[in-house]
Amino acid sequence: MSSGTALSVERLSKTFGVNRVLENVSFAVSVGEIHAILGQNGSGKSTLIRVLAGVYAPDPGGRVAVFGHRVQLPIGGRELRQRGMSFVHQDLGLIPHLSVLENLRVAELTAKRSYFINWSREREQAEEALARFSVDLALEDRVSRLSLVDRARLALVRAFELVRFAQMRYGSPGLLVLDEPTAFLPRDGVEQLFAMMRDIVARAASVIFVSHDLDEVRAITDRITVLRDGNVVASLVTADCPRETIIRHIVGELPERVLSDTRRKRTTQVGSVVANVEGTRLCGTELTISNGEILGVTGLIGSGYEQLLYHLFGASRARAGRLILGGGCIELVSLTPRRAIRLGIGFLPGDRQGASGIGSLDIPDNLFMPRIERFFRVGFLRRREMYRAAQTLVERFDVRCSDPTTKLRALSGGNAQKILLARWLNLAPRLLLLEEPTQGVDVGARRQLTEAIRSAASAGSTIVIASSDHQQLADVCDRVCIFRHGSLVAEIGGGELSRPYISELCYSDARPHRRGKVPE
Amino acid sequence: MNAAPFIERYGLIGVCLTMVAAFGFILPHAFLTWTNFAVLLASQSPALLLALALIIPLTAGDYDLSAGSVMSLSSMTLAILNVWHGMSIPWATCLAITTGLVVGIVNAFLIVYLRIPSLVATLATASLSSGVVQWASGSATISGISSRFVDAVIGDRLFGVAYAFYYALLAAAVIWYVLEFTPNGRRLLFVGRGREVARLNGINVARTRSGALLASSALAAMAGVVYAGVLGAADPSSGTSFLLPAFAAAFLGATSIVPGYFNAWGTVFAVYFLAIGVNGLSMIGIPLWVTNVFNGAALIVAVTLSQLARGREEIHGVE
Repeated sequence: MSSGTALSVERLSKTFGVNRVLENVSFAVSVGEIHAILGQNGSGKSTLIRVLAGVYAPDPGGRVAVFGHRVQLPIGGRELRQRGMSFVHQDLGLIPHLSVLENLRVAELTAKRSYFINWSREREQAEEALARFSVDLALEDRVSRLSLVDRARLALVRAFELVRFAQMRYGSPGLLVLDEPTAFLPRDGVEQLFAMMRDIVARAASVIFVSHDLDEVRAITDRITVLRDGNVVASLVTADCPRETIIRHIVGELPERVLSDTRRKRTTQVGSVVANVEGTRLCGTELTISNGEILGVTGLIGSGYEQLLYHLFGASRARAGRLILGGGCIELVSLTPRRAIRLGIGFLPGDRQGASGIGSLDIPDNLFMPRIERFFRVGFLRRREMYRAAQTLVERFDVRCSDPTTKLRALSGGNAQKILLARWLNLAPRLLLLEEPTQGVDVGARRQLTEAIRSAASAGSTIVIASSDHQQLADVCDRVCIFRHGSLVAEIGGGELSRPYISELCYSDARPHRRGKVPE
Repeated sequence: MNAAPFIERYGLIGVCLTMVAAFGFILPHAFLTWTNFAVLLASQSPALLLALALIIPLTAGDYDLSAGSVMSLSSMTLAILNVWHGMSIPWATCLAITTGLVVGIVNAFLIVYLRIPSLVATLATASLSSGVVQWASGSATISGISSRFVDAVIGDRLFGVAYAFYYALLAAAVIWYVLEFTPNGRRLLFVGRGREVARLNGINVARTRSGALLASSALAAMAGVVYAGVLGAADPSSGTSFLLPAFAAAFLGATSIVPGYFNAWGTVFAVYFLAIGVNGLSMIGIPLWVTNVFNGAALIVAVTLSQLARGREEIHGVE
């Protein structure tokens, strides 16, 4: 490690409304260092990365210096380029309709001041860049046709190139920020990435590495900064830290664990839902959920849990598997959302504006979308009745709006979510699938949504919640299933349910209640 | 404050009336006559039917650029069968509408099944059916369509206005009913505004979009039948020149009556608004090119005002 500071962050805070997601965060990255930033979902690390990338303006008072130069906040695009700060975000930031070549050279091409593009030179340089990292991609291929792994590789090569470009052009050593780059990489891809990282660090650049995978962090990083609830809770030297210590810092103090099986007994409930699912990222997973139970599923990014609901609703096709529900047995391969709704399944996706509700339409249209024909009588859609029914639901779920003709996008996140949840609860589903039901929702609305979910369960609906918010899972669920690498690895319930314990199970290899088929 | 939605809703009708008053003031004896209005109302009915055809797929989020050519295709089919082969009008009408449906099926197959963007697919089928029309007709106007048919469209009158007007009005009423008062009409809107949301709410998106494209082609074919009746002949090149004004009327119509939504009555007023403007201007003796300028300027002004009133929302129904 060479001396000097690549990045110093002092007393950085960020507040969204009343929510303080970063609180006086200070840390420093040395030149030539690989520095991990760890923390759970909601710990503030994404916000921190976005502040560094100039996406968010932090609260006044913080200071950021890059290679000794204090930078203006929010950080501008020019500054990032000149200081050689380059980012690979989770979504990779590639343009799917353009070729590998265009994606690779996009930054240089936009920075160029000439009006002429010499394509053969661009090709040469792109070839060189790919060869330097021994990535084998055809320059003419469209990015949309590449596999996820190849896309990740391409994004990485591009980011590495930007750092090299800054080194040559501006003489800045460069700082590379990788936000969860390994979530979709296979083993050998990770090795390759590590080689690339070591290579660039050897050339005096620094790397910030955000990852959930502790093994990777321990393998490649020099130091670790741990964030929890927006605060820096630990600065560690990787070599000195056993795995357990790191986990302890990430999840916080564990409460006394109740070791006896205190799972809530549901013998009084009759009937259950049995699902056996196999998908692209999910190995054969078997779940049995009682009627009236609230089951949580979670895991780290890429562990497969996030696909489960989509398969159970037929929203994305499962490879194999079946669902036993209310005496019927459904092959998941042939399940469509339309059939799922007929069978009494409801699904609320996490993407509120893109998949869940239509912002440009009013509340009744959004509420009654799946079963609008119920209001069609004697040749006419009874609009007035729709508005009346909507008004009743608006009052029941305490949605704050001037009247039901309000467009969905005019509502706050919490109120919109109440409407979308009400849509399904109104149909009294047998099985209700909820993805991140309280994400981006204020505290008051969160409590009301939780209430509504609970009362639906006690009315007999079976509920599955997929969420990365472990606190919420601990608060709402009767039982939580934890996934790792596509398999169900742990299952906890009753008194064992606590945010730190769920988080610990996501990270660790411990398998307290192994069940189901778990292929190695 | 409360007046704003009202003005937005009925502004177009107000402007229509103002225009009638203005032209009436300038030309009281030529413009402000019942005959002029009767002719105006009836002669615009093919254009109105075509504009109504367009709003169906537009509501579902698809463009149908082939509607103009389908109109020519159907009127030419009717003329050839009736004039050259002596087929009776009811049968010729059925076959004319069938040719329209064939184009609609091809459109639906290309767009929904092969997932070709509607703009590209219907541009292709538009060109294709125009070619077929020119081949079948030898690029010549075919006249001499049965006079009883011509009477039924433009000759016979009810309250002094030819039947053609009432056919278009009937179509508008049907579309209004379907879009506003049936579940399928609402589903069309859901699919247009959020395809993925609609799919996840159990709506059969493929079937809905196909249905919209078929309905649009069928209605465009009916526009062709009425057009053949209005002219008493079939003109091989008319359809394409109808297409752009029809789109203009569809978008203009989406700024009134039910602002922000493609809607039947808005489209009716938009078509007649444009027709009155063009009719009045040409009577004053303004050269022909001004009518195009009028059409374009009216669309820009209306859409801009509507956009400003609604706080720059996207115009919906567009991919």
